[in-house]
Amino acid sequence: MPLLRIEGVAKSFGNFRAVDKLSLDIRAGEFFALLGPSGCGKTTLLRMLAGFETPDEGRILLGGNDIAQVLPHERPVNMMFQNYALFPHLSVRDNIAFGLKRAGMARKDIATRVAEMVALVKLEGLEKRKPDQLSGGQRQRVALARSLARRPQVLLLDEPLAALDKKLRESTQGELMELQRRLGMTFIIVTHDQEEAMTMAGRIGVMDAGRLVQVATPRNLYEAPASRWIAEFVGDINLFNGQVTARDRGRLTVSTTEAGALAVSELWPPVTKQVVSVAIRPEKVKLSRRAPASDAGAPQPINRLEGVVIDVNYLGGITSYRVKLETGAVVRSSMANTARLDVDAYLAGQRVVAWFTADDCLVLEQ
Amino acid sequence: MARAATRLTRFNMTSLALGLAFLYLPIVILMIYSFNASRLVTVWGGWSLRWYHEFFNDRAMLEAAWMSLSVAAVSATLATLLGTLAAVGLARGERFGGRALFSGMLYSPLVMPEVISGLSLLLLFVALNAERGFWTVTIAHTTLTMCFVTVVVQSRLSALDSSLEEAAMDLGCDPVRAFLMVTLPLIVPAIVAGWMLAFTLSLDDVVIASFTTGPGSATLPIRIYSEVRLGVKPEINAICTLVIALIAVIIVIASFASKLSNARGESAAPL
Repeated sequence: MPLLRIEGVAKSFGNFRAVDKLSLDIRAGEFFALLGPSGCGKTTLLRMLAGFETPDEGRILLGGNDIAQVLPHERPVNMMFQNYALFPHLSVRDNIAFGLKRAGMARKDIATRVAEMVALVKLEGLEKRKPDQLSGGQRQRVALARSLARRPQVLLLDEPLAALDKKLRESTQGELMELQRRLGMTFIIVTHDQEEAMTMAGRIGVMDAGRLVQVATPRNLYEAPASRWIAEFVGDINLFNGQVTARDRGRLTVSTTEAGALAVSELWPPVTKQVVSVAIRPEKVKLSRRAPASDAGAPQPINRLEGVVIDVNYLGGITSYRVKLETGAVVRSSMANTARLDVDAYLAGQRVVAWFTADDCLVLEQ
Repeated sequence: MARAATRLTRFNMTSLALGLAFLYLPIVILMIYSFNASRLVTVWGGWSLRWYHEFFNDRAMLEAAWMSLSVAAVSATLATLLGTLAAVGLARGERFGGRALFSGMLYSPLVMPEVISGLSLLLLFVALNAERGFWTVTIAHTTLTMCFVTVVVQSRLSALDSSLEEAAMDLGCDPVRAFLMVTLPLIVPAIVAGWMLAFTLSLDDVVIASFTTGPGSATLPIRIYSEVRLGVKPEINAICTLVIALIAVIIVIASFASKLSNARGESAAPL
C-alpha cells in the first residue's frame, strides 16, 4: 500500500476541468515532482492534497484513510506556499512555532523544536526578525522550517524556488534534496521548471490538461517519453514525420519527407500505427566533415544527413548547431566543448554530415 | 518626479505658502478670535479665556456637545462592526450572485446627496413611527459612515495575500481562528482608521442629523447652526476651536496607526 493514493480525482471550476479523473500512487519517503505547463492542473491537484480544494469525485487515501473531505487543519499534511505566505506580524520564531502552538505542544517542547528547525535551515541568529527584515532566500528557509516543524507525513511544495535567482535556486535544490533524504519525509513538489524537477525528484509526473500523461524517472522521461507532446515539452528534440515502410527484427525503416529513410530501433511496446514521428535529441546528433564509416561491421545502422551549418551558438559547456538539410528541414545538434582550444570547430556555411545511430532514435505515434 | 519635489524653489515655496494659507488661514483666524475678550466678533479686545468659560457654563450647548460625542462614538462603533463584516464578506467570501450589485449598493452612500439620504431616513422613521432622538440620529449616522469603513478595510484586505489565511489553516487553525490570529491583527490599523473616519464624519454632519433628530436632542453642529442664524457669538469660535483640537488629535492617532502598520512592513491603511 502506498502512503498516498489518488484515485480517480476530478475537479472542475465552472466549465473548466482543472483535474480530470487522475490516479496516482506516491510511496513513503519519495521525492515526487508534478511537472507541467501553467494551467495544466498541477497546482489544483496540490491544493486538493492540502485541503484547500475539495475534489468533485474520487478519493485521496493517506495511509489508507480517505482525506478528500477532511479540512486543511485536520490533515497530517503541510504545504510550503509559492510566495511563502509568512505571517508579517510575527517573528521568525513565532512563524515557525505557529503550527506547533496550534497542535497544543508544551511550551518547552516548542522551544526545542523551533531551535531544531532554525538549525536545520541555518537561520541561527535571525529568530527575532520579522519577515520583511529578511532576504528572499532567508524567507524561503523560514517558510520551509515552518512547514516542516509539525513533521507532516507529506510535505507539499508549490513552486518553492520560483522566487529565487538562478545561483541561489541551484544551491537550494541541493539543500532540499539533502533535507528530504535526512528526514526521510515524503515531498511532493509542483514545478513548471523541468530541470528543477529532474534534478530533485526521484519520479516525475507530467501533467497536461488535467491528466497525468506520464509518470517516470527523470531518465526515462527524457530518453523514453510516452508521447510526442512529452518529448517536445521535456528538453529539445528533432522530429521527423514519416511512415513505417519496413520492419525487421526490432528495426524499423521510416520513410520521411524531410530526412529520407531513417533506420530506427523499436522500443517496447512496439508501434502499431503506420504514421509515426522519429525523434532524436540534439546531443545525440553528431556532426562530422565526412560521412562516418559504412555499416559493414557496425553494431547498428547509422543515419546520415547531409547539410549546411546555418548557425552556431556557443553556450560555454556546449555548442549548439543548426544544420539545414537539402530538403529544407533543420536538424539541431549540440556537442560538448570538451577541449579548451577547438581548432576544428564547425562554422556557419560549412557542409557537414549530421549522423546518429538507430538506437538513439525514438519512434513516437502521433 | 521625486527629485523635483525635493527641490524647494522660490516658486514652490510661494505656491505652498499660498495653498496652506488658503486652507488654514480662516481656521487660524477663527482660533485666534476664540481667545478674544470682546463681545463683538470682529473687534479685537485683548486675550481672554472668557468664551471658553462661557461655553462650559452653557448647559444647552454642553448637552448638544455631549449628544454629538455620544452619537459619534456609538455610530462609529456600530459602523466599524458592520463595515468590517461587510468588507470581509466582500473581499473573502465566496463569489455569490449579485455580489457586484451588493458592493455597488454598499458604496452608494458615498455619492448619494446627503439631503436625499436624510429625507429617506426621515420617511423611514416616520413610517416606523419611531420616536426621533438619539437613536434615530445614531442609526442614520451608522448608515452614512459604514460604507467609509468598508472602503478602508476592504482595500486593506485586498492588499493582504489570501494565502496567509490558507497558511494558517494549513498549520492547524480552523477558518475562524485563522481569521482571528492572522487576518485580524493585520487589518487592525485599517479598522482603527475606519472608526476614526466614521467618528469625525458623524461629528460634523448637519444635514442628516437635522432630518433625523427630534425636539430636545440637537447635536452640536445643529445647535451651532441655529445659534449662528441669530448672530455669531464668540462662544461659537471657542467651541469650534475645541472641535478642531479634538479632530486634530484623532487624525494624529490615526496616522500613528497607519505608521504602525507601515512599520510592520505592510501598505498603509488609506486615510
